[in-house]
Amino acid sequence: MKTIEEAPRLSSGEIDFKSLEDRPSPWKWVLMAVLLVALFITSLFLGRYIVMPDEVIKIIGYEIFNLPIEKTWTTSAATVVINIRLPRAIMATLIGAGLSMSGASFQGMFQNPLVDPYILGVSAGASFGAAIGLVLELPTIGIQMTSFIMGLVAVGITYFLAHMYKTTPVLMLILSGTVVSAFFQAMLSFIKFVADDEEKLPAITFWLMGSLGNVGLDDIALASIPIIISIAALLIIRWKLNVLSMGDREAKTLGVNTEKMKVIIIIATTIISSTSVAFCGIIGWVGQVIPHLCRMLVGPDHKVLIPATMLVGASYLILIDNMCRLFTVTEIPLGILTSVVGAPVFAYLLRKTRGGWS
Amino acid sequence: MTVKLSVQNASFGYGSNENVWENINIDINDGDCLCLLGPNGCGKTTLFNCINNTFELKTGRIMLNGKDIRDFGVSELAKTIGVVYQEHSAPFPYTSLEVVRMGRTPHLGMFSTPDKKDTEHAYSIMEELGIAHLAGKRYTQISGGERQLVLIARTLCQEPEMILFDEPTSHLDFKNQAMVLQTVKKLSAKGMTIVMTSHFPNHVWKIANKVAMLNYNGMVAQGAVEDVMTEENLTKTYGVEVKIYDAESGNHRTKFCDPNLD
Repeated sequence: MKTIEEAPRLSSGEIDFKSLEDRPSPWKWVLMAVLLVALFITSLFLGRYIVMPDEVIKIIGYEIFNLPIEKTWTTSAATVVINIRLPRAIMATLIGAGLSMSGASFQGMFQNPLVDPYILGVSAGASFGAAIGLVLELPTIGIQMTSFIMGLVAVGITYFLAHMYKTTPVLMLILSGTVVSAFFQAMLSFIKFVADDEEKLPAITFWLMGSLGNVGLDDIALASIPIIISIAALLIIRWKLNVLSMGDREAKTLGVNTEKMKVIIIIATTIISSTSVAFCGIIGWVGQVIPHLCRMLVGPDHKVLIPATMLVGASYLILIDNMCRLFTVTEIPLGILTSVVGAPVFAYLLRKTRGGWS
Repeated sequence: MTVKLSVQNASFGYGSNENVWENINIDINDGDCLCLLGPNGCGKTTLFNCINNTFELKTGRIMLNGKDIRDFGVSELAKTIGVVYQEHSAPFPYTSLEVVRMGRTPHLGMFSTPDKKDTEHAYSIMEELGIAHLAGKRYTQISGGERQLVLIARTLCQEPEMILFDEPTSHLDFKNQAMVLQTVKKLSAKGMTIVMTSHFPNHVWKIANKVAMLNYNGMVAQGAVEDVMTEENLTKTYGVEVKIYDAESGNHRTKFCDPNLD
């Protein structure tokens, strides 16, 4: 049997605990953060309307921070940067981070690396809500609200169905989620069927394909608060996800209030997913692929995994959104590209880890 | 001798079904090592789950340190009773040190994470159990016996007053069984109160001072090992004829039992 002396030690003679845990080196964190900032800034000057990088910086300095900068740019350049590209980049950051963290948290909670944030029926519910809003010709804010609320309602029903004898077994949650998803998808199909096929049916279809194209600053003001609060909640409880992922029974004997924790996770992820569908349609595969990628980068410990998914997920969605608006003359819907890119990446990761998830 | 845990007039049944067992009374004193024996399906594990408050009794009560177990909060209970389940793999390949450190959970607030002290504590327990070399290894990639030892370390990391083991040696090979039993014996020698279910009556002589035997009709016998481990009781418990042998080899004396196959 090996002795303690063989434990890796620091030069000071102390045991090097970092080598015994999943603690990625600082440069990895720096790299992830720099990548996000770089992609964020790049996305402000990429697009059909050409604005030079130095002008972008000046516009931001002038418009956002009220710096006394001499105006060398056109008004339309300022409009493009401030009213179109900036809100888009912010929304991509929030939703990319939020969906990825939701996916990672659900995967931990369900003890299953295949789960995605939509498993409890939130996307089906929110899509149905958006379709109702569109058919009723509500103003945009009304559509966002019906969508958001129906997302919450769908997950509420799932939780209610799965709850029994003071507990909510994860298997029951998954099965109930499948049932609720199927129901709301059928309702959505019904709405599509009765919708006027000249205007409303295409509107519903395009809404659901997902896009960040229509996001404005007022949307950011509305969407950012619930998303940021939910992200903060997931960050705060992230280490306990390790314990929860060992299974309900063990987590309980380790002193975790599993029901309370599940409720916190479900509420946070549902708010994030519902908001994201309400404002940008269905953005698939982000919540599934990014946690995997990050597990390869930083290891499975949720203490480091959750922050990593936040940074990488945000970068990923900004990147995909840039691809959407640059590849073709008419913008490709975001939901299509996240899946077209996400599915092969996922397949690659599967092959590479041979299903080992490490 | 103070009573640590006492099961009083307990009965249990799933829903409105017939009771699995009834009128169960067990007293476990501080420092006892009680082994729970019985055939498959007699309700051994059910009783085990009642004692760790996973299941609720139909009638009767379980008192822990003089307080009804139902009145314990989740983390309060985890600080008093540690549970070692049968080893199983995990969905994510955490390092063994991380798994052991999860034992700190009841000592942390709802929103806090373990700090360096907790990590050092976890590591020192692994050293104590002689498994420090596993600390950096993935929990999913070590052997079943090693995993069981890691789970025992995790439970010790909880600093409980008593530990429940659910068949800690099933599906382990000979060497790993010995390793796990040795660890349980050491803990018991240090004064830890232990309750353990087992499929191997021979383990009773090796580590326990008390034994309780269940069969399909309820409690067969319970008490000190010398009094209760008789051919008659074992035969009644398992429903097959059991013989007890005294054996010695050099200075080693031991007892073991064996079913009579003829």
